[in-house]
Amino acid sequence: MDTNLFSLITAIFVGGAAGYLGSLMITKKMALVGDALGHVALPGMGLALLWGFNVSAGAFVFLLFGILLIWLMETKTELSTETLVGVIFVFSLALGFLITPRLDLIEALVGDISRVSLADAIAAVVLSLAVFFVVRKIYQRMILVSLSEDLAVANRINAKKMNFIYLLAIAVIVALGIRVVGSLLIGALVIVPAASSRNFSQNMRQYIWGAIILGILSCVLGILLFNLTGFPAGPLTILVSIFFFLNSLIFKK
Amino acid sequence: MTENILEVKNLTVSFGEEKVIDNLSFNLKEKENLVVIGPNGAGKSVLLKALLGIVPFQGEIKWEENVKIGYVPQKFLPEKNIPLSIEEFFKFKKTDSDKIREALKRVGINDLLILKKKIGVISFGQLQRILIAWALIDRPDVLLFDEPFSGIDIEGEETIYNLLAQIEKELNLTIVLITHDLSIVYKIADIVLCLNKKPICYGPPREILSVENLEKLYKGELKFHGHEFI
Repeated sequence: MDTNLFSLITAIFVGGAAGYLGSLMITKKMALVGDALGHVALPGMGLALLWGFNVSAGAFVFLLFGILLIWLMETKTELSTETLVGVIFVFSLALGFLITPRLDLIEALVGDISRVSLADAIAAVVLSLAVFFVVRKIYQRMILVSLSEDLAVANRINAKKMNFIYLLAIAVIVALGIRVVGSLLIGALVIVPAASSRNFSQNMRQYIWGAIILGILSCVLGILLFNLTGFPAGPLTILVSIFFFLNSLIFKK
Repeated sequence: MTENILEVKNLTVSFGEEKVIDNLSFNLKEKENLVVIGPNGAGKSVLLKALLGIVPFQGEIKWEENVKIGYVPQKFLPEKNIPLSIEEFFKFKKTDSDKIREALKRVGINDLLILKKKIGVISFGQLQRILIAWALIDRPDVLLFDEPFSGIDIEGEETIYNLLAQIEKELNLTIVLITHDLSIVYKIADIVLCLNKKPICYGPPREILSVENLEKLYKGELKFHGHEFI
């Protein structure tokens, strides 16, 4: 089988899961978290490229560290998530630039879908599905937390636990997604499909499915355009998703 | 003699150094309605949160065993374009359409088309009704209602209290209501608790709502607002 098929399968599953997570991220006003975690992944990718091991694995180690930091600071300090995320964001970027070998830097930043192996593709499918089903279990409760934390806690919902599970899910998808669109653009793959879907949805069901489908479509069309034009797939994927977003604005009153 | 549904003993809630509620004790009998009044920042909302176990506290809060509590929070402001239909909001409770319809009827909503609307686009008065219906779905024994900040029109506020009074009669609930509006006290309260961090007065409205008590209750607020920065 050719690597093109592996890339396509990876992109479909990761794109769908990214759209799904994004739908919750916007509702929770955490839109920058995906972006920031993409950058947190950069030093990990840099080390992986330097020492020749799996980029996603390298990224995941740093992502785990990143979300633990965000989660702890969010629970222990009064600082807003936005501030925390902003600081960690630039710190990782600076560190990542220093670590990543000069020649691999572009790949780390915008992704390289052509390097996906069969094992990578299988891992992407399994982990994306796992993320989808785990987050599906906590989705409603997290929406309630975002509507009113008091009401959620009064209904015996452990907001901190939910948040951590959710951040973990984002870390997994970011680690997988950087293969497709790179660390600079993974935030966009999470946010833009959901943002588009939000513009034309009347309820959660439409919103979620819209985000998933647009995430998948963006990735698939991005890879097709990559095959046609030879430009990197990552930026193309994001441009496709932005195209959908612009169209979705028509529906918004 | 009816049982106590709630016993509060030496309740103290602190945020850091500051005591928001200081050594509060009271009992509430079943089917009795308690209205908590007091100036802004008197710890009224915090008291509800302590009763719900949302904030940590010292002292003792003892609810009757297996009591079911419904809660309408003070802060519930969904984003205007959040794509969540009211039906989906009710489905968070794993309930069926019959129960939803019944709960809506209770709060005076007969037009079921509202279920398809997004939760962020309905009026504030309607949202209050939806939240009460949402709390009533589980058939609670007690309803805790935290008055929203000012911002609802007088008319809307008045009908919500009429509605609560009516629900209380129909369902025979215990209601704990927080307000800074004295005029509604007589409508609902069996017992009034005047709170300004410390308990100021406690008892049936006709006995304790004296000018003297009210002056004592609200003078803290006057002092508070009299403080200047420079």
